Amino acid sequence: MTIPSIVGAGLIVIGAGLGIGKIGGSAMDAIARQPEASGKIQTAMLIAAALIEGIGFAALFAG
Amino acid sequence: MLNKIYIFIAVIALFSVSNTFAQEHNEHVVKTISHDENKKHIDESTHHGEKLNLKDQIKADIKHHLQDSHDFHIWKNIGFPLPVILWDEGLHVFLSSKFHEGNGVVESNGKYYAISHGNGHIYKTDASGEIEHNEKGYETNDKPLDLSITKTVFMIMITALLMFLLFTSLAKSYTKNGGIAKGFGRLMEPIILYIRDDIAIPNIGQKEYKKYMPYLLTVFFFVWFVNLFGLTPLGINITGNIAITFTLAIITYLITTFTAKKDYWKHIFWMPGVPTPMKFVLAPIELLGTLIKPFSLMIRLYANMKAGHVVLMSIIGLMFVFKSWIGSPLSFGLAFALSLLELLVAALQAYIFTMLSALYFGAASEEHEHH
Repeated sequence: MTIPSIVGAGLIVIGAGLGIGKIGGSAMDAIARQPEASGKIQTAMLIAAALIEGIGFAALFAG
Repeated sequence: MLNKIYIFIAVIALFSVSNTFAQEHNEHVVKTISHDENKKHIDESTHHGEKLNLKDQIKADIKHHLQDSHDFHIWKNIGFPLPVILWDEGLHVFLSSKFHEGNGVVESNGKYYAISHGNGHIYKTDASGEIEHNEKGYETNDKPLDLSITKTVFMIMITALLMFLLFTSLAKSYTKNGGIAKGFGRLMEPIILYIRDDIAIPNIGQKEYKKYMPYLLTVFFFVWFVNLFGLTPLGINITGNIAITFTLAIITYLITTFTAKKDYWKHIFWMPGVPTPMKFVLAPIELLGTLIKPFSLMIRLYANMKAGHVVLMSIIGLMFVFKSWIGSPLSFGLAFALSLLELLVAALQAYIFTMLSALYFGAASEEHEHH
């Protein structure tokens, strides 16, 4: 593993972490506002998180 | 139900019969395996002119774990060989235990084969069993067409058998028991209903969902079971193999493409509601999008499961790196916590795969009334 690829992997993890964190935070807000819709919000949250995770992994494997 | 269990035990017994046949070789097999691995390590370390250290050994073990194998090696000298099926101007069938006899070369109908210890693949050789490597360390020998029942294929068959017995018994119990599920399949009933009511119907729609249900249920339970098998100490890694996830993604892609309605293609090639010059820009992007969707399905499942295995094994490897009293409890605690997380990930990835497949099917079979 070379230094650029290690730094790249770190950047990917920071980006993906920020993205998933933002989704999680927003979902928390939404559930707090409308607890009765928590099921639907969770589903949407998981899908969005999975999409970001997919890109993150793709970048990690490319790097 | 009881009959099914008997059949299952009979199948297992059948395999163990072939196991006892191979038993006489087995001890020898595993000895040669470990011997060969040691030799390989020493070869590699002397080859690169540096001393083999613990970290390299852990890395080699992790790499070995992620690979498919021609032996089902469970623990120390417990394990059994699997059949090797090669197509090389004719069919060659023999047990993989033959690779561990003599100098590791198998002669079949006048052709010679050997396993490369680097990647576990079978290569054509001559009687000396020499596999040549180029300067980058890749094998340069020709490969036969390998249709072997490897460890991965074997576990897929076991999973298929398990699913078949489980769900046929569940289906039969409805008629026998007056519409109420009975037996172990009962545990799966809520999950099946969840997939129907919370994945298929909201995403595909009341009208069309039924024809997609068989695939969605199959893919969910297959991925889930196979992921769970990957967490057992059997040391198998099925969904962490990109060929498997590629096949699953291809099936989703084909179903999406061949069940797609007029509106789906219209939205790809001639997007309604945008200015005409934009339609020419959007068409290639949308067309590429149809390929990126299954590609991301493939990468997501593969990378998640592979990364999970690598991290878990690295944490177990920490135990040997620390070499002090703190290593074992730390490694055990982390590995335990991570295993629980992996249990969640196993179900979550199966759910995500099913969910996104349903989403794509929904987009394909949707009919728009507004234009």
